[in-house]
Amino acid sequence: MQINLALAQIATKLGNVQANLEKHLDYIHQAEAQRADLVVFPELSLTGYILQDLVSTVSHKPAADDPVFGPLLKASQNLDLVVGFVDEDPRHRFYIASAYLSGGRVLHVHHKVYLPTYALFDEGRFFARGDSIRAFDTRFGRMGMLICEDFWHASPPYLLWLDGADVLVFSSASPGRGLNEHAKLESAWWVENVNQSYANLFTSFVVHSNRVGYEDGLNFWGAATVFDPRGERLAHGPYFEEALTMTTLDLNQIRRTRSRLPLMRDERADLVHKELTRILSK
Amino acid sequence: MRIDLSIHTELARKILTGFIRSEVTRTGFTRAVIGLSGGIDSALSCALAAEALGPGNVLALRMPYQTSSSDSLEDAEKTAARFGVRMETIEITPMVQPIIQLDPHITNVRKGNLMARARMILLYDQSEVFHGLVVGTSNKTEILLGYTTLWGDMASALNPIGDLYKTQVRQLSRAMDVPRSVVEKAPSADLWLGQTDEGELGFTYEEVDQLLYLLVDRRYSVGDCVAAGFSQEFVDQVLERIRRSQYKRMMPPIAKLSNRTIGYDFLYLRDWGT
Repeated sequence: MQINLALAQIATKLGNVQANLEKHLDYIHQAEAQRADLVVFPELSLTGYILQDLVSTVSHKPAADDPVFGPLLKASQNLDLVVGFVDEDPRHRFYIASAYLSGGRVLHVHHKVYLPTYALFDEGRFFARGDSIRAFDTRFGRMGMLICEDFWHASPPYLLWLDGADVLVFSSASPGRGLNEHAKLESAWWVENVNQSYANLFTSFVVHSNRVGYEDGLNFWGAATVFDPRGERLAHGPYFEEALTMTTLDLNQIRRTRSRLPLMRDERADLVHKELTRILSK
Repeated sequence: MRIDLSIHTELARKILTGFIRSEVTRTGFTRAVIGLSGGIDSALSCALAAEALGPGNVLALRMPYQTSSSDSLEDAEKTAARFGVRMETIEITPMVQPIIQLDPHITNVRKGNLMARARMILLYDQSEVFHGLVVGTSNKTEILLGYTTLWGDMASALNPIGDLYKTQVRQLSRAMDVPRSVVEKAPSADLWLGQTDEGELGFTYEEVDQLLYLLVDRRYSVGDCVAAGFSQEFVDQVLERIRRSQYKRMMPPIAKLSNRTIGYDFLYLRDWGT
């Protein structure tokens, strides 16, 4: 089986959900014209990133009667979508969230589990932390979604792998930083290395969609990537520019790689569990 | 220990021109106004703005005082010509001289501040005439050392070079083909004959940039910096300059009374809604 994947690395308007929705629909139409099966947008793609006091004004419910999700769910009749938004629970806690939409339904919502609140980041001040990491079934097999800081920690991708995800779908709004003599920013270098390593370690596909544009003085560097289960890079979007990057995921590669390299088969989750229990009981 | 502050100039150029384009156009503008002193910082900002917005959308303003050196004026002209931007000249002498003459004991520092603020007034006035945003020209070294005039040369709508140390400004300026005479001359506020930044500061930019990079970017402690080869006295002196000038890097504190106060819990980016 194959997935025709489209990575939509867009710039967003800060707090202007309607304008961002229109851009989503435009990119979805472009992806459809290129026969995409799945379009992945970046973190907080419907709202912009440094929301601060805008958080409570930009939240939307992933449901058909919502004015923003209505058109997106309708579009998902033709191709699957991953979008970034602010989710609000019934107790009015706000989450950085990704939704997987398919066939007019919401298949899964992930709430960002790790909220960076240090250096230039202040997410923990404005958002609640998610409290689950779950894989979910799609028409292309089992997948898992993580958002930016989630995959700066090794455990969330590991848990998704154990939970059956063969395609890891990551989204980011990663501010570019660490300019030195190299042609790549330190932040970009780090993320690309880590994603490639996850593909290798978990013999899985790792898909990453990262936004572009600026918010005040922060730049977002884009460069969406896809690594296959061998760690080979299948796609690489441009740095700093909006783009729709197309690539095909040959899912049979998972079988071929794991026949050669049975890391999944040999993984001893029970041992991890035992040692974690010991470490946590200290 | 020699610390390498080299940057990838093409990458810096890409990010900084993108920043200028984004910040100018998202607010509905297409143009920029820059005070061109003849020095390297304003020359680099001018080069970046010209590349970002197109030379026809950049107004370079020369604002000499009667003691400004003719070299500065010529270098500013060369810079404007090199990057193809529009240039205009407005003397500040008639603006500041009446104030200077009010006090026979006026110091050079006060004169310098008056000139910097007179230039700010003209830049913001031309901003209205030209329909352009004022692009800042302060680099990271002088912002950290507080070697600036509050509401003077620090005033701008956006600053593309404020995260580049002086030595990095030099590197990027060379890469962007800023005129050689501008890159190579001794940095100066040009307030009196023979004045240089490094003479006033008491150390070279080359030296202090190395130390600032360790202290600020790499989060070295004072002890770490001394172990890296800097004298205790130099480190203390620089750290004290940074601390004392913190007020110049911030908006004035507002005394909190209500439940929601500008600056503390009324938090929106400048780019709100755009």
